[in-house]
Amino acid sequence: MPDSTAVLPQEEQRPELLHHFSDAEQQRDASSLGMWLFLATEVMFFGGLFCAYLVYRRWYFADFGAASKSIDATLGATNTAVLICSSLTVVLAVWAAQTARRTLLLLMLAITMLLGCAFLGIKAVEYKDKFEEHHVPGASFSFEHVPIPGHPDQYANPRHAQIFFSLYFVMTGLHALHMIIGLGIFSWLLSMAWKGRFTPEYHTPVEIGGLYWHFVDIVWIYLFPLLYLIDRHP
Amino acid sequence: MSMDIAIPQPVERENYLNKKYGVWSWLLTTDHKRIALLYLLSITFFFFIGGFFALLIRLELLTPAGDLVQADTYNKLFTMHGMVMVFFFLIPSIPAVLGNFLVPMMIGAKDLAFPRVNLLSWYLYVIGGVLMLHCMLTGGVDTGWTFYAPYSTNFTNTKIVEAGLAIFIAGFSSILTGLNFVVTIHRMRAPGMTWSRLPLFIWAHYATSIIQLLGTPVVAVTIVLVAAERALHLGIFDPKLGGDPLLFQHLFWFYSHPAVYIMILPSMGVVTEIIACFSRKRIFGYSFIAFSSIAIAVFGFLVWAHHMFVAGMSVYAALVFSLLSYAVAVPSAIKVFNWTATLYKGSIHYDAPMLYAFGFLGLFTIGGLTGLFLSALGINVHVTDTYFVVAHFHYIMVGGAVMGYLGGMHFWWPKISGRLYPEGWARLAALIVFIGFNLTFFPQFLLGYMGMPRRYYDYSHMPEFQVLNVLSTAGATVLGVGYLLPMVYFLWSMRYGKPAPDNPWNAAGLEWMTASPPTTFNFEEEPVVTWEAYNYEELDSPDKDAPRSQEVPVAR
Repeated sequence: MPDSTAVLPQEEQRPELLHHFSDAEQQRDASSLGMWLFLATEVMFFGGLFCAYLVYRRWYFADFGAASKSIDATLGATNTAVLICSSLTVVLAVWAAQTARRTLLLLMLAITMLLGCAFLGIKAVEYKDKFEEHHVPGASFSFEHVPIPGHPDQYANPRHAQIFFSLYFVMTGLHALHMIIGLGIFSWLLSMAWKGRFTPEYHTPVEIGGLYWHFVDIVWIYLFPLLYLIDRHP
Repeated sequence: MSMDIAIPQPVERENYLNKKYGVWSWLLTTDHKRIALLYLLSITFFFFIGGFFALLIRLELLTPAGDLVQADTYNKLFTMHGMVMVFFFLIPSIPAVLGNFLVPMMIGAKDLAFPRVNLLSWYLYVIGGVLMLHCMLTGGVDTGWTFYAPYSTNFTNTKIVEAGLAIFIAGFSSILTGLNFVVTIHRMRAPGMTWSRLPLFIWAHYATSIIQLLGTPVVAVTIVLVAAERALHLGIFDPKLGGDPLLFQHLFWFYSHPAVYIMILPSMGVVTEIIACFSRKRIFGYSFIAFSSIAIAVFGFLVWAHHMFVAGMSVYAALVFSLLSYAVAVPSAIKVFNWTATLYKGSIHYDAPMLYAFGFLGLFTIGGLTGLFLSALGINVHVTDTYFVVAHFHYIMVGGAVMGYLGGMHFWWPKISGRLYPEGWARLAALIVFIGFNLTFFPQFLLGYMGMPRRYYDYSHMPEFQVLNVLSTAGATVLGVGYLLPMVYFLWSMRYGKPAPDNPWNAAGLEWMTASPPTTFNFEEEPVVTWEAYNYEELDSPDKDAPRSQEVPVAR
């Protein structure tokens, strides 16, 4: 029976290697696969909502168009740009962790979080507008006499528009919740990076935190056209 | 590694049970085996709560008149019975207890890939469970476990949101268990443990985990929509506001039909292990059983709308879903034929686990065949919402899943507890469960076919159904005794049972090559696998010293 106490390979002495993994590579692979699988469940979570959207978009095609037009596309487009930029900073953060650039890593994590906050701020402005326009589903909802695009003599059915806004609020609300969780993850990453925990050999948390962030961005990339752009014409 | 070599003790070997004592050593443990036992305690608790509701339901149906409980109470009884049994017993049962305990050991790992996530999943289960208990004690829910809209969203004034939240949280526990298993099976296998050498228990859990990962989030978001609909009257499921109640059913069954396979697939895995061991043969058609598990998981996602044939959906869609439902029978039948072929010319031992496996074979076959009746559009319309459906899914979920669970508990109990259970009592209990089960549920097939609707507390306008209902209630009592017995003698054996040898069944598989009970890290040295799964011929051959015996080859 070989004695494994004598010479431990270097990586087994590192504190971040958990006892039940045989080496750092196995641990990294496991964490990354775990995050990918978690993202698969997230796809299904949003998938249910996209399915509902699909059904009602087909049923109430014109009403959805009218309701979609009432949302501020400029704000939405700005938010899209903000998130795409944050994806870039996340990638740079991962690269900084891989190449042991601590200052750059801290900077990129911080900028990502700032962009995330900017997104949520713009989202809050959008919600406020909707609230003032009585477009929040519920007792005070009102969508009277809004013409259907292309048919100025027809009005959208307020009930059907309400379904659009229900989906709008549930989908963007859950997306915003994911952003807030992402900000929590990134503040943890920031404090870990501040303490100098990440090295070129060990930076899995930055990588899988980044995966999560990209996922949340991608959800937005689908939400934006479906909610804001379905009836815009030049 | 070096730290985990157990120091031989004069009195008792150090193992995962006696390594540390005290409440916190259990509540903060990340050891998959201890977490399995935490799950065992909590699901047993919920099993008896759900069983208590079942008993009250059966007592009410003893007489045609609605004399024991009020109509509203009866509605709550069958709802809470369903919710507790489905979400707090059957879904976690085999994966969270036996799977948690065995998956790392069967593949030669020290633990699951994410031990802390595993503990988190138990806490989520407990939080969900406490919410569910609170919901029950403060009024409960009366919609049926399916909480169909628009009744659940617009009309009932029972605790829908709280029950939904409980199920939502328990659902995350189930997702995390599945995620842990998939990663563990992919990344933590011991050297030499190739995919084709995995025990079929592992394949079954792999397939189950995929369903947990991809199905559960859909029911979670459905619950979010129901809660939002109740709070704000969005109209998504409300036909008055242009919404579609059928959409709710589609989303709900997209999870809840595959959920049946979350319950039955692990049971099939257990039965496969038991049948190979007690026939002393290599399993027949290894790869067919392995891939039929995956096929069941995949087809399972394509058949949900067979719950909705009478709900007013398109006839063409119904035809397609009917056809696809038949398709699930193919991999299921492949399994049954392979198990039977394994038995053929095996040297069969009738120990208690094998009795449960036999029970499973028969009852699952009846449950599966009546499933085909229900997939047929014509018969489905005739028996929808009758006791025929109730009997059918109890044959799968109780006759199949619970029989497998009990069989597995007996088979691995010596490994889990380090003690032998009393074999005579166990065989008696297996017999009582089998008789009690059939006495309870077979009459329900007849009742349903004759037209007794489900969810009625009062059948005084059809008193001719009483005889079969009395039989069913009598059977439920017998079944109750059959379920109490194992709990009593398992507890008894923990103190008074004979100490179990490491491999009491002379079974194949890595979990039998460790101590009973195992040490915290399962293996003293990382095992290296050089043999195929189920090499019983090799184990039983007179010169069995060759590739493997008690001495496990060691890595490095």
